[in-house]
Amino acid sequence: MSEFLYLYRGAQRPASPQEAQLTMQKWMTWLQELSAKGHIKDNGQPLEPVGKLVSGKQKTVTDGPFAETKDLVGGFSIVEARDLAEAAELSKGCPIFERDGFVEVRPVMKM
Amino acid sequence: MEPVDSLFRRESGRLVAVLTRIFGVHNLALAEDVVQDAFCRALEVWKFRGYPDDPAAWLMTTARNRALDVLRRERTVRTFAPELGRIFESEWTLVPALDEQFAAYAIHDDMLRMMFSCCHPRLKEDAQVALVLHVLCGFSVNEIASAFVSSHSAIEKRITRAKHVLAGSHRLFDIADPDAFSARLPAVQRALYLLFNEGYHGASPEAAVRGELCREAMRLAGLLEAHALGATPATRALLAMMCLHAARLPARVNADGDLHTLFQQDRSKWDRALVAEGQRLLDLSATGSELSEYHVEAAIAWVHARAPRTEDTEWKSIVAMYDKLMAIRPSPVVALNRAIAIAQLDGPERGLEAIRAIEDSDRLAQYPFYPAAVGELELRRGRPAAARGQFQAALGLARNGAERRFFEQRVKSCGVGSGERPATESA
Repeated sequence: MSEFLYLYRGAQRPASPQEAQLTMQKWMTWLQELSAKGHIKDNGQPLEPVGKLVSGKQKTVTDGPFAETKDLVGGFSIVEARDLAEAAELSKGCPIFERDGFVEVRPVMKM
Repeated sequence: MEPVDSLFRRESGRLVAVLTRIFGVHNLALAEDVVQDAFCRALEVWKFRGYPDDPAAWLMTTARNRALDVLRRERTVRTFAPELGRIFESEWTLVPALDEQFAAYAIHDDMLRMMFSCCHPRLKEDAQVALVLHVLCGFSVNEIASAFVSSHSAIEKRITRAKHVLAGSHRLFDIADPDAFSARLPAVQRALYLLFNEGYHGASPEAAVRGELCREAMRLAGLLEAHALGATPATRALLAMMCLHAARLPARVNADGDLHTLFQQDRSKWDRALVAEGQRLLDLSATGSELSEYHVEAAIAWVHARAPRTEDTEWKSIVAMYDKLMAIRPSPVVALNRAIAIAQLDGPERGLEAIRAIEDSDRLAQYPFYPAAVGELELRRGRPAAARGQFQAALGLARNGAERRFFEQRVKSCGVGSGERPATESA
């Protein structure tokens, strides 16, 4: 088994409390199912929608690296899968797709 | 304990109410933004880490912290609640004052204050109901439009205008003023009654949506009943009526979403605990001289609830109570129900006479249960052909799949006649 990083990007905000709750429950169910099948190394963490970008030799600090909210990383998980193809396949169950978001699947480099 | 699937909705109303109190009613939109932020944070954090021990407290703390940020950042550029503005100016008093606003008893009052504010006399009844659903029950425009089987744009317009009136009222309703409280109480009761009715008799095809509207109406009526000034005989009668009707919900629609009339319902499925609660409240409501329409409606529901079988129903007292209801709040729907009760008591011919005598029956022109009632009585007096035509008319007016299936069954029960085949919904 290899490790993969899921980066969750974008996704529209829910329009109502009920929608927020339903979306959350779908995420919980999806992560639990992956976990039950032994694919979850780490559930991961949500990220604040703010940040700083430090760049250049001058180490200039600016607000956030994100030009558009659709590119914003909202959180990450670490999953275990046979290969990249399986990791990508597993990500298809993610509820983020119902809200126009996407999942970036990246293999963790092996030692 | 309420089901966890309404947690966000329930907390939404509480949080918007308390934040509007803190920010002032003119900042209603700001309060809604802060609450939406709190839910988005909950969504992001909980989906990775699971539910916290006390989800409601977590949401409350998140909203409180966000409110504190907003107050600190904007107190120089924005005016907040006039009665709290001064206290929020000083860092010494800001945090304790804010925490006091978030105390449990304060939130209870905030909900009531908001309920009364939403029933502003400048708003029509349907706008009041939509506003209550939106602000206190956390329904989005889309969710209200689907519950009321109305268009998104119509509901959006209604809510935008209603919010404008609310935000422009400068001050939330003062529930500590007993005269003002009593003066607006009937409007609040009426809005909750309409909300419940929309759930119980409304056109929404989804049983789940309708059950939810009923549940929300009962939750808010319960808040009203828990308040010293709100717990009038009429409020108790209203809540009693809701309990007694809601007790029948499990038998009203079966697992396939098929509708069962009062006559067909499996009475063993009625919720006995709700019947008992309804009876208790109805007993409590029988004080004072006031006899409201809610008293009469609750009493009718109680007569049905206490009959073990349909044939045990005391139709005589039901007809007498419909007579009373016609005197207090006459409407064609009440008259139709009265006619059906008369038919049970004195036979279908008398029932049909009563239906023909309904004034304003043109207001029932779009109501599918009007021709259906005539059909039932025609069928009972042995005229299946006439009955069939009536059921077909009802079928044409059906508002959702459950009603359509129900009337199709009734058409069939008239036997295969020479009339045209009923239109089916299957595409």
